[in-house]
Amino acid sequence: MLAALLLCIVPAAAQPVTPPARYANVQLADPAKEQSARALMETLRCLVCQGQSIADSDADMAADMRALVRERIERGEKPASIRDWLIARYGDYVTYDPPLSGLTWPLWLAPMLLLGIGGWIARSSFRRRTR
Amino acid sequence: MKRFALWAPLAIFALLFAVVASGLFRPAEKVVRSAMVGKPIPDFALPAMVPGKPGLTSASLRQGQPRLLNVFASWCIPCIAEAPQLMRLKAMGIPIDAIAIRDTAPAIAGFLRRNGDPYARIGSDRASQVQLALGSSGVPETFVVDGRGIVVKQIIGDIRPENIAEIAQAVKDAR
Repeated sequence: MLAALLLCIVPAAAQPVTPPARYANVQLADPAKEQSARALMETLRCLVCQGQSIADSDADMAADMRALVRERIERGEKPASIRDWLIARYGDYVTYDPPLSGLTWPLWLAPMLLLGIGGWIARSSFRRRTR
Repeated sequence: MKRFALWAPLAIFALLFAVVASGLFRPAEKVVRSAMVGKPIPDFALPAMVPGKPGLTSASLRQGQPRLLNVFASWCIPCIAEAPQLMRLKAMGIPIDAIAIRDTAPAIAGFLRRNGDPYARIGSDRASQVQLALGSSGVPETFVVDGRGIVVKQIIGDIRPENIAEIAQAVKDAR
């Protein structure tokens, strides 16, 4: 009877019917491990919400990614290797801490360049004042 | 030199304006493509989703014949829309395997009864872990996998009638 009733239920919304994975919303028992998992999650992009990290997002996919991160940290995997694993699947897009590459070098170089220009302008204007 | 310095801010503003305006009129692609295209399918073994139909292992995707790997779910509305197209691809003799994301056996059985069953195997991915390993970021998505288990193509979103020829060609090219 219950099975027949369940079969009649047609999902009305595009939401998974199963509960989220264990570690999606449960912290790791070891505070140090939880802290390192948390730090990593804050730098990983939620793939379906895109403007949020998986630590901030309430999307089901973000929950599954949090579970993946926590499970791997629990097993003793390094955060950098988890990040690399995700980059191999989703590209640099998935991380908010993009690696230095041909495309991203201006991100590192531009601030230094602008700081240099600023210093140069400041120097010349101070010089003018003392004259 | 002085004249140049006078106009430079306006020129920079015009450039910035052009960049922002072009972004407004041509928004960036919103889908996240898998970086696994061109790479071998990662190792996995998923249990059977429904009784009477085998689960899915990565080894079964390396049996010499190109196949489609459909990532779907019973709770996914566009999956209902693409079901007739998958039935057409099956009728063309293309084998289709599937990964069901965060689903239950009764829900999938109902989905197959209502929308047809084009699948040779269905693996149950309860925590989306194989979906993440494939670089898939939603449902439905379909991967074309060649006979050696290399991903050759990813189709994001529901398969439409106009995509059929392109997919059939990709499967043929993968032979």
